[in-house]
Amino acid sequence: MKSTQQLERQLKRRSKAAKLEIWGRLISLTALLLIVAVVVGIIGFVASKGIATFTSNHVNLWDFLSGKNWNPGITDAHGKPEVGALPMIVGSFLITILSAIVATPFAIGTAVFMNEISPNKGAKILQPVTELLVGIPSVVYGFIGLSVVVPTTRALFGGSGFGILSGTCVLFVMILPTVTSMSADALRAVPRYYREASLALGATQWQTIYKVVLRAATPGLMTAVVFGMARAFGEALAVQMVIGNAALMPNSLVSPSSTLTSVLTTGIGNTVMGSLQNNALWSLALVLLLMSLVFNLIIRLIGRKGRLQ
Amino acid sequence: MFVNNDVTNAMAKEDRHVIKLTDPEHPVILSTEGLHVYYGKKEALFEGDLQFASNQITALIGPSGSGKSTYLRSLNRMNDRIATVTGKIMYRGVDINQPDIDVYEMRRRVGMVFQRPNPFAKSIYDNIAFALRLRGVTDKHQLDEIVETSLKQAALWEQVKDDLNKSALALSGGQAQRLCIARAIAIKPDILLLDEPASALDPVSTGQLEDTLLSLKAHYTIIIVTHNMQQAARISEYTAFFNQGRVLEYDTTSHIFTNPSVQVTSDYVSGNFG
Ligand SMILES: Nc1ncnc2c1ncn2[C@@H]1O[C@H](COP(=O)(O)OP(=O)(O)OP(=O)(O)O)[C@@H](O)[C@H]1O
Ligand SMILES: [Mg+2]
Repeated sequence: MKSTQQLERQLKRRSKAAKLEIWGRLISLTALLLIVAVVVGIIGFVASKGIATFTSNHVNLWDFLSGKNWNPGITDAHGKPEVGALPMIVGSFLITILSAIVATPFAIGTAVFMNEISPNKGAKILQPVTELLVGIPSVVYGFIGLSVVVPTTRALFGGSGFGILSGTCVLFVMILPTVTSMSADALRAVPRYYREASLALGATQWQTIYKVVLRAATPGLMTAVVFGMARAFGEALAVQMVIGNAALMPNSLVSPSSTLTSVLTTGIGNTVMGSLQNNALWSLALVLLLMSLVFNLIIRLIGRKGRLQ
Repeated sequence: MFVNNDVTNAMAKEDRHVIKLTDPEHPVILSTEGLHVYYGKKEALFEGDLQFASNQITALIGPSGSGKSTYLRSLNRMNDRIATVTGKIMYRGVDINQPDIDVYEMRRRVGMVFQRPNPFAKSIYDNIAFALRLRGVTDKHQLDEIVETSLKQAALWEQVKDDLNKSALALSGGQAQRLCIARAIAIKPDILLLDEPASALDPVSTGQLEDTLLSLKAHYTIIIVTHNMQQAARISEYTAFFNQGRVLEYDTTSHIFTNPSVQVTSDYVSGNFG
């Protein structure tokens, strides 16, 4: 009888290990809740501020998305404020898509070389170089763009040299390492036996790469490109330094333009909280946020489709 | 055990026993002379001197790590970027181990099926048409016909004829392996190399695979690596026993399994090895 009670007490007593476990769970749960709170807070804040343009300043959403004049301090002939964000939206998309189009073939080519053609050199040289390039701060890219790319564009195409083309060049270099290393990961994930099967059927190495490896890696490669696009879309500093920052519809690749991010970084310090000028910038930020959500969604969809195959 | 060993010891006469083929009905189609394989500095195959009779099945047996796969993969130069292979591989009188051989053209004649079924993530039809399309066959009728005959030869046609456009990844292990055989024979090779093709299969699928191989013998020369003694005994005419990177014994399958000349072979086939 007594020993049973003793055993029960022993078993029911919270041991030190059990207490530690509870603490561990508590700490990680707190961390998690904190992060969730921060994320929700940011989204909520940006959303409430961004919506204020339409609710308290009564700007028409369609005017905002399709208007071509951006000058939130001024009202137009109809007494409406000029908050047309189309030039920036177009600028952002143009620069993103162009840099992705230019970067993709280089990235996949490099990844193929690293992974299929010369894995030794790839691992020894390209891998560290890629990682180094990822780590360079964007202001450095912007500075190089300002002192090398802009003068070159000016010399080649005239004008000031600032514009979408210079921005594309800088972003191309910036997203290339990320897209390359993600593409290399995608190729590495293709099982070796696919390659062996193809070679054993008499396919050349190039045929194997082209018809088997790249096909099998397509979802991963697409993810890499979308990831690069997301990065290009969100890049602010380097783009702002070379694009010219004129909130005008880009009528050529070499005329000064702007993107959502560049208008935000140049403008946000010069406006008063709560004013229309300030709210309009928050609306741009909201567009940015929504777009990065869309990019994330695309990446997830591709990933799921890849897994289903 | 010791007694038993002593008795067999007395019967085993040779250290190494490798016959030369003389059957005029099945002339030698492929042979290796002084084949050595090195992985980096490490020598994995010290001497592989074998002859293979056309339209016969030759089994390569031996303990794990004895160099069977190494040897087999050298035969169609799949070791090219992995290992250094020296020596001669004579295929119909041509040494295909020379650097100026077009390995892609050669592999069309010497096909290979791997241990693990490895269909591409494409449809059944496209898997088989893959190598044909590489060679520029685009005519739909011709492709249809070859896909059908290849699947029939691999004894898979009846099971998949209505699902040719479905993904090959949905096939069972045994079906996938027969698809790989169909894929390999679609380009009508001379020789078919198989590396433990049944090791991932259940007994029923294994039996079907063996039947398939026996029926393919009429058209192809087959060289098969297997860990399954009964399988070697059931399907092959000749058997080579590998041990520690050397061919210790090569003779007819009945000789190897009933009256081997080398002691180690005798131990291995009777299960006293190790
Ligand atoms: N890619 C490789 N790189 C280095 N060494 C290798 C490689 N492949 C095989 N070897 C070595 O070569 C020797 C022979 O290996 P091999 O794969 O030919 O044996 P095996 O007879 O096919 O064995 P198993 O029955 O297990 O398949 C082993 O010692 C193995 O470690
Ligand atoms: Mg093996």
